Amino acid sequence: MKIVIVGCGRVGAAMAELYDATGHDVVIVDSSTSAFDRLPDGFRGRAVRGDGTDEDVLRKAGTEGADVFLALTEGDNRNTMAAQLAAEALGVGKSIAKLNDPVRASAYADLGIATLCRTGLMLDAVNAYLGLPVSGLPGMQAPTGHHPGAAHDEGATGHEPIVAVTAIPSGQEA
Amino acid sequence: MFVLVVGGGKVGYYLAKELIEAGHEVALMEKDPGRARAIADEIGSIVIGHDGCEGKYLGEAGANRADVVAAVTGDDEDNLVICQMAKHHFDVPRTIARVNNPKNEALFRHLGVDELISPTRMILGSIEQDIPVHELLHLAALGENELELIEAHLQAGSPAIGKAPRDLSIPDGCSLFAVIRDGVATPLRPDTIMLEGDKVIAIGKQECTDLLHDQLIGDPEITQTAGA
Repeated sequence: MKIVIVGCGRVGAAMAELYDATGHDVVIVDSSTSAFDRLPDGFRGRAVRGDGTDEDVLRKAGTEGADVFLALTEGDNRNTMAAQLAAEALGVGKSIAKLNDPVRASAYADLGIATLCRTGLMLDAVNAYLGLPVSGLPGMQAPTGHHPGAAHDEGATGHEPIVAVTAIPSGQEA
Repeated sequence: MFVLVVGGGKVGYYLAKELIEAGHEVALMEKDPGRARAIADEIGSIVIGHDGCEGKYLGEAGANRADVVAAVTGDDEDNLVICQMAKHHFDVPRTIARVNNPKNEALFRHLGVDELISPTRMILGSIEQDIPVHELLHLAALGENELELIEAHLQAGSPAIGKAPRDLSIPDGCSLFAVIRDGVATPLRPDTIMLEGDKVIAIGKQECTDLLHDQLIGDPEITQTAGA
């Protein structure tokens, strides 16, 4: 698969290393060159310095034509915007944003991007270890809808209902 | 009207003040606690010292009954998320975003933000009217179909000089329709030969602009050297 990762922090670098080692075509984007020091010496993928919310940077990284896009920076909103650029403007089928706010994580799954919420993942990992019931907070969520797009231009009230049409069976991403 | 302003920088601060003066109900969200306190000291308890991007706090600030949410922080990604959360999660009828990077305008519009205010675009537009530049001038955006009215000033180095429109490969959905020569505007016919100094007026979709640039402006380095 062709995988574009934005954010070369611990998680981004670890994913880039793993996917590269398992034969995928990886491009990693970060605004700081020193972040690329986290990549292993034998990394065969491409590292692109730039702002992951800039469409031109994402194009340069080859996001058009990528199978998977992962936005893993520190900023929830940066991740959301990058993932939406990839999904809506650059046609990536599986676009995933790391979102630590559970409310935003669910809201954006409804708007057509897959979301990864550390809060829920960690709580349930701890709960599983302690034998406690699951929290019910979102962890990894497949898209449950798609964003209404330019439909707001027609709506007299400005609001269009969100229709679930692109739901992917959960577990497929795991 | 109840207006929720997110971002307590200069823009948000003056916006809130003006709205209060005009008699509207206003809440202002500012995530920096120090800044929030400073504003609250002056304009009162309508200031909420929390991050307006966070769903929980947006709800507590009354987003679900807001008539308008204006996202005016300095960060485009924050403004996008504030408007999307307001619109899709809290059913706010009207969302307004400040957009700093003009390249983000199309995405914001596509993602459902109702109104965009781009200070960069406004200043750029104002400057481009006066200063010769070796780029396409975006004169106006037409309607909601992302059509743009574009002017190309043909200078030495332009591949269009000495050619007629029919000799160029003009992208689909794009039309060169007028030429301004010596201050006189005339229709540009398929066989009109274009000259150095001509201003060619075109209309077309935003995505045509790169192709138009290649055809009418040419290699930026050549034109810059020639123009400078």
